[in-house]
Amino acid sequence: MITLLDLFSIAAIGAGAFFFLAGTVGLLRFPDALTRMHALAKADNLGLGLVALGLIPRAESALSALKLIVIWALVLLSAASTTQLIGRALRRGRK
Amino acid sequence: MSLLPYLDIGLALLVVAVAVWTIAARDLFTSVVGYVAYGLLLAFVWIRLYAPDVALTEAAVGGGVTGVLLITAGKRLGALKNTEPEAQPGLRFRILVGALAALVAGAVAAAVLMLPDPSPSLAPEAAAAADGAGAGLGNPITAVLMSYRSFDTMLEKIVLILAVIGVWSVSTDKAWGGAPPQFRRSRPYAPMVFLAQLLAPVGVLIGIHLFWTGASAPGGAFQGGALLAAMWMVTMMARLAQPPRVDAQWLRLALVAGPAVFLISGLAGELFAGSFFAYPPGIAKPIILFIEAFMLLSIAAALPMLVAGPPSERADQ
Repeated sequence: MITLLDLFSIAAIGAGAFFFLAGTVGLLRFPDALTRMHALAKADNLGLGLVALGLIPRAESALSALKLIVIWALVLLSAASTTQLIGRALRRGRK
Repeated sequence: MSLLPYLDIGLALLVVAVAVWTIAARDLFTSVVGYVAYGLLLAFVWIRLYAPDVALTEAAVGGGVTGVLLITAGKRLGALKNTEPEAQPGLRFRILVGALAALVAGAVAAAVLMLPDPSPSLAPEAAAAADGAGAGLGNPITAVLMSYRSFDTMLEKIVLILAVIGVWSVSTDKAWGGAPPQFRRSRPYAPMVFLAQLLAPVGVLIGIHLFWTGASAPGGAFQGGALLAAMWMVTMMARLAQPPRVDAQWLRLALVAGPAVFLISGLAGELFAGSFFAYPPGIAKPIILFIEAFMLLSIAAALPMLVAGPPSERADQ
């Protein structure tokens, strides 16, 4: 018996997987590092966010649901910062 | 669930491929990146083998700390101008090295393939011992580490301290007692400072949580300590913290605290519980957590000191 929550999980995780796929394709196909990072950011931010969102109804407790959100937030923070750092390193390398 | 074996095979192939790529890469930085990816993939392998404790350690140490260590070492090597060896080793020497490596790999492979069935294992013995002396700990891994093979665990921490002493001992006489060079020469970029300011408090909290939860769930002093060490390194990279002088009393106390408390507790076990490194049954858990707390401190102090390198003679210290 598939409940509404299961459908929600399937939809969110499926959408997340799509963003991961799209991000990976971008990583492989895009011409330079800046555009590749742009593609990866979609996988990190949206893809992981949607997967986490889809997993929340399946979490054992409110605490583990909160942990999923914290993990997403930490990945967002590190992805945003490291992208800035790599981007600057690239710009300096070009000059 | 018939998909999982294929995922496992894919993961195993990926690990081997990344390992080959790491060795084959000619560029130092490329192979370090390969090594970090290899460590993270190995963490997944450990999770698939139902060993989350090992996976945590592998991710923190194999992927994180060793990666930073290798990148720093690579940067220092790159900074030296005359690192080119004067003469490339000859063909005969290279064949010899390759043959020797193949021999060792073959011997290890043969030993693994010729294991008797069932393979000899100390696991039942360890499990029994953990049930006895480590009673009250919900996590059998911590119980085995801290009670069945406590002497090994203590010696591992001593090895870490010996490594720090080894790193410090290559400093010049003039620089001795000073602080290691800063992680960055230039002013850190604002996002790095932002990351360190936001990440460090959360990371410290998670590190202490990993240590505390290690008594009953996957985690422990090493995993928690590695995370605390990483947070200290992040703040030093953002120049929010300075590497401490190596003759600082608190640093040296923090380094030896773990093994010292462990050893003293072990000796106390001789008096109160009947044998070296035995714990009195009722209060085993608090004692183990007490020892682990100091080990956490030692690990968190030792790993950044390994990465920071020997004291330098720079004037601004």
